[in-house]
Amino acid sequence: MPGVSLTCIKTDKFKTGCLTVNFICSLSKETAAASALLPRVLRRGSAELPNMERISAALDELYGARIEPLVRKKGETHCIGLYADFPDDRFLSEQNDAQNLLEETAALLGGMLLSPNMQDGFFRLDYVESEKANLIDDIRATINDKRSYSIERLLEEMCSGEAYSVNKNGDENEARAITPESLTAHYRKMLNHARVEVFYCGFADHERVLKAVTSALSGLKPRKDATIPKTNILLHPSEKEPRHLSEKLDISQGKLTVGFRLGSAMENPDYPALIVFNSLYGGSITSKLFLNVRERLSLCYYASSMLDKHKGVMIVSSGVEFSKFKMALDEIMFQLEQVKKGEISEWELTSAKRYVITSIKSALDRPGGLEELYFDSIISANPYDPVDICDKISKVSLSDIIKTASDITPDTIYFLSGTDISNKESDIDT
Amino acid sequence: MIHKQYNNINEQVFTDKLPNGLSVFVVPKRGFQKRYAFFATDYGGADRRFKLSGKWIDTPEGVAHFLEHKMFDTEDGNALTNLSANGASPNAYTSTDITAYHFECIEKFNENLETMLSFVSIPYFTAESVEKEQGIIAQEICMVEDDPDYCLYYGLVKSLFKHNPMRDSVAGTVESIAEITAQTLYDCHKVFYNPSNMALCVVGDVDPSAIVDIARKVLPETPGEIPERDYGAPESLAPFRKRFVKDMEVSLPIFLAGCKIQPTPRGQKSLWAELVCALSLDLLLGNSSPLYIRLYGEGLINSDFSASFDSAAGAAYTMFGGETRDPARVFDEVIKEISKLSENGPDPEFFRRIKKSALGSSIRAFNSFEAISGNIVEGHFRGFDPFETPELLAKISQDDIIEFYRNNLKPDNMATSIITPFQ
Repeated sequence: MPGVSLTCIKTDKFKTGCLTVNFICSLSKETAAASALLPRVLRRGSAELPNMERISAALDELYGARIEPLVRKKGETHCIGLYADFPDDRFLSEQNDAQNLLEETAALLGGMLLSPNMQDGFFRLDYVESEKANLIDDIRATINDKRSYSIERLLEEMCSGEAYSVNKNGDENEARAITPESLTAHYRKMLNHARVEVFYCGFADHERVLKAVTSALSGLKPRKDATIPKTNILLHPSEKEPRHLSEKLDISQGKLTVGFRLGSAMENPDYPALIVFNSLYGGSITSKLFLNVRERLSLCYYASSMLDKHKGVMIVSSGVEFSKFKMALDEIMFQLEQVKKGEISEWELTSAKRYVITSIKSALDRPGGLEELYFDSIISANPYDPVDICDKISKVSLSDIIKTASDITPDTIYFLSGTDISNKESDIDT
Repeated sequence: MIHKQYNNINEQVFTDKLPNGLSVFVVPKRGFQKRYAFFATDYGGADRRFKLSGKWIDTPEGVAHFLEHKMFDTEDGNALTNLSANGASPNAYTSTDITAYHFECIEKFNENLETMLSFVSIPYFTAESVEKEQGIIAQEICMVEDDPDYCLYYGLVKSLFKHNPMRDSVAGTVESIAEITAQTLYDCHKVFYNPSNMALCVVGDVDPSAIVDIARKVLPETPGEIPERDYGAPESLAPFRKRFVKDMEVSLPIFLAGCKIQPTPRGQKSLWAELVCALSLDLLLGNSSPLYIRLYGEGLINSDFSASFDSAAGAAYTMFGGETRDPARVFDEVIKEISKLSENGPDPEFFRRIKKSALGSSIRAFNSFEAISGNIVEGHFRGFDPFETPELLAKISQDDIIEFYRNNLKPDNMATSIITPFQ
């Protein structure tokens, strides 16, 4: 069907089958909260199984099959859908009611996505309000984990004005303003226009999967021109000097977070070189950041880098003592200069490559990891085969790394430190 | 070598016991590229008082975890770096009762396995390296003390237990780890890292006899003694204190309630007790239970809400909780539901369904190399075979569940821990 595609990986490795259905939307401040809310509301009830009680009972009958909301941010695309996994029929051959777990789970998932429980043509007010409250709690909960909170804050500031600054769950005020009417309108638009990517991995044959999925999603209309939205890439920071930001919270360990733009490496991105560069600089335990900032200089408990190859942004995140902030920052920058200069040993390069190859291959040995790798490739500007990319990674050379790193520039530096208010525990006997 | 085939889930396990006392388990997995090794000692944060050469000695809180960090140091460098450079993803963890070293890799598995067995069995500590690690771990402790879930959990176990080491932080405190010396580490290693007190489990496309050969070649030949440990006098089931509250940087209150229960016996009974407990908790407040659905619908709990069970150091408890606006109300509702279930038992139709669901989940668990190894080794230390889970599950009756509610989930044996946002 135009605009709807199925990727099907047959394997006998797993005890379960895994099925995901994803609607690929553009990430934007105005729609992020509504998009993130949708799968939560859809999960509450379908026309056929109108409430959680009925859905839970049906999933229990399917031998503990799971269907969960799926919300992913990849560059500036927002991918919304449902994730299902269920035991493979083969391992329940003694049970006579377990022969169609794929078909039955797919039908249940299709019912949730395409025939929601509605009242007078709109989502039910009670479901919308209760899931809004949960979504808002999740948005606020970012502060509970100081490491990811620091990264969120950095991106908000560094990419203000870009869609990329939007959290995958959206923003609290936008969430608050959602009504059953507005959510239903958003749902209709997504349902009829967004590109749909369906993924299955498990023991079933392609024909069986195609039949089950086609039947479960028969309510979908063809969507011409439904393409994967593009991510807008900013090659360089908008200001000459990196911006410094700092905030205080009642914490005992500081968080130093630095955002970089990848520069010319994003003009015609060489994914294998980007992946190896990240592993070598800060993505693995043989990386320059780990071995120098943490091990040699003991400047922090962790220091690592991560890279969004869709957006062309790299983030270095570290936990440091308040007093060592400046030293840690200098070392993080110094190590990047070392990479740019090609001060890289053979050992470092080989280790970095081995590390990423192992991570990719072992992810392919897990249903969730396999799904994630294929999905990431499908929505990339230049899709690649997750199996073949390992070969290309092993061929990355020192000069590829130097070229990739050459134009990486710090954009924003964010430091989260402690307040002076000390807080004492209170033990209360009752 | 003993070979066992489990046809229902299409798995097989090879088991061997070496002359030095080490138990080796191999689960061959054809078609996978990843190979995974898990090497563990029956020694965790709670094993602080033990016998060394006939004399009882006490060690500081956090020593097992400290030792785990230091084991990666070798005379010629750092094993973590070496393994990683050789394509492995190594890691380790310490819990209340187990210290485990593990890695996964695609190539050079045998070489990496030799490296891991070697660095875990050969201690190498110096005063300087111990001092340096004190700085690193102090940072780690600072970091976890900012973690609300960490504070919530230790708030609970410190409330449940009066002196049982289950209440101690596995990482220790900045003060307690300052007392650790190279000698403390050598003592602990001598007692607990002998092959008789350890187990090795390998999962992946490997040859079982090659694994056994490597273990024979690398590890010491002579068996050690099974360590004697002391957790203090058994505690009553009443909690040490009823309630712990702390203000932190959180968005919503988080709440955890715990209930001390009868410690589980060793052997297959221990698996049985765990399964009955897990099923009872699912029926009480699992995400398809009437209580969960009602509280979720009222906005009192979210999908974060869950329950679990832990047993170590001669003690056991269950716990449940999550984020909620009204911890007191949620606790109250759970207590009421327990009393209802103790009277009438669960709805038979729901009981039938939840057993189907539990069977499916037990099959799903075999997707994970980590879960397979963890379960086999934990089962070995506690004397049970985790592959019998599906059969045991089928045997659990309504009466077993009712008995569990009546005997174990008593409000008098409960305590609560709550982290509240700053006002």
